[in-house]
Amino acid sequence: MIRDITIGQYYPADSVIHRLDPRTKLVGTMVFIVSLFLFRSFAAYAVALVFLAGVIRTSKVPFKFLVRGMKSILVLLMITVVFNLFMIQGKPLLHIWRLTVTEEGLLTAAFMAIRLSFLIIGSSVMTLTTTPNQLTDGLEKGLRPLNRLHVPVHEVAMMMSIALRFIPILLEETDKIMKAQTARGADFEEGGLIQKAKSMVPPLVPLFISAFRRANDLAMAMEARGYHGGEGRTKMRPLKYERRDHAAYLTLVVYLMAMLAAKWIFGF
Amino acid sequence: MKNIIKVENLKHEYHKYGEDGQVESVHSAVDGVDLEVQPGQFIAILGHNGSGKSTLAKHLNAILLPSSGSVFVDGKDTKDMEKIWEIRQTAGMVFQNPDNQIIGTVVDEDVAFGPENMGVPTEEIGRRVEEGLKTVGMWEYRSHSPNKLSGGQKQRVAIAGVVAMHPKCIVLDEPTAMLDPVGRQEVIAAAQRLNKEEGVTILLITHYMEEVIHADRVIVMDQGRILMQGTPREVFSQVETLKEHRLDVPQVTLLAHELKKSGVKIPEGILSIEELVEALTSL
Repeated sequence: MIRDITIGQYYPADSVIHRLDPRTKLVGTMVFIVSLFLFRSFAAYAVALVFLAGVIRTSKVPFKFLVRGMKSILVLLMITVVFNLFMIQGKPLLHIWRLTVTEEGLLTAAFMAIRLSFLIIGSSVMTLTTTPNQLTDGLEKGLRPLNRLHVPVHEVAMMMSIALRFIPILLEETDKIMKAQTARGADFEEGGLIQKAKSMVPPLVPLFISAFRRANDLAMAMEARGYHGGEGRTKMRPLKYERRDHAAYLTLVVYLMAMLAAKWIFGF
Repeated sequence: MKNIIKVENLKHEYHKYGEDGQVESVHSAVDGVDLEVQPGQFIAILGHNGSGKSTLAKHLNAILLPSSGSVFVDGKDTKDMEKIWEIRQTAGMVFQNPDNQIIGTVVDEDVAFGPENMGVPTEEIGRRVEEGLKTVGMWEYRSHSPNKLSGGQKQRVAIAGVVAMHPKCIVLDEPTAMLDPVGRQEVIAAAQRLNKEEGVTILLITHYMEEVIHADRVIVMDQGRILMQGTPREVFSQVETLKEHRLDVPQVTLLAHELKKSGVKIPEGILSIEELVEALTSL
């Protein structure tokens, strides 16, 4: 189950999206997410859908891969939809037992569902096409001005990149520990939500210990390879905006204008 | 010839602290070791767990500093904090667990990590990454995720990462302990090739006897001291002493030793099946 999470995984392929500058992709994702919250209209979401589909198509990431990542947030999505559906006051549409579905509720629920799934898919496309190192490189370079305010940009970026690299390793380890404990009679399936949450404590203890050990080893390996912070460090692939990045920014502007137009013309 | 590594009466103590911060007990992991290594040699350091071989290894690129005595790498004292990065570049290190030493999420990004830290210019990094990966035969995997590689392949990537830093000497600290037999062979072959073709000094720390028979010199450690050293043949002809210290000898050597003990007239210190066959047929 936990291995289905695709956020933080990289899907190696050779596509224009993969080759884009990470800063472009970061800004693009940010703009995309903000646009989802700014333009509350089905017409605008249709534009967003076309845009997203286009990006996925060019990125060569199989759709199956993205859907798998969606599974893990399905519960969250359902809860959001259900709550919005029943809790929002307005013109009643139909009654189920003591709950009332309102027109406004239905609309908000639909918007929320679309927004959330687009948001997740959109950000997964970014993480799937960008290696964590590129991503943190992008953040590091993009946020460099903050260095003057004594924000340790390089260190934060390095920490993020390492955290991302260790997500799959630690997930695999959790799986292993849970299997080992299942073999000795631990039960992770039975019981209610609280029981299940409680049964997650035993595997967490060895996981933490091993994570600390790994951190120790990794720090030693990094020092052995001459790591001493961001000072005097060079890059194998320094970030540089290419023509394709300018094209991407242009596409983004066109997308925003299409959103605006859709909202303006159809209004709904 | 000038020594690439010179260890003089090295001692390293681990302190165990009590609850109030007072020293409860002192454990000497390395207890008076002298060692000289000439450039281009292939040295194997043997010993079972707790013999101090890993602690010794970590002194060679200044991850650990001596409690007393000194370590010189290419003439530089490891206690000299100003030369620490030069020392780490001269003596590269590969560790036991392949997962815990790979920093990059793509093979070539990881190999580039060392040169990037050294401040190598961008164009040069690309060349070094290619060279490093080609030396260990992993160039085809340059854009793969390390998580999808086998243990032996991950360890070869780790070696490539060190090679890309152009070290004069590589210390491999039990690089094969977590690998299957195939992976073990891959890693040892890569180390041997580096030694023969590139002339890199290799210090291989291991507890697998089969891996040391091609070394120029074998050093056996026990309880923080050097128990014996010499060519593989010299060391393995002392089967009884090795057994006393709970160390295995290669199967062929053991067989030859037992045969000799029961009266077959063959020489001591046979290292390979071919040698044993030759010795037996010439009887």
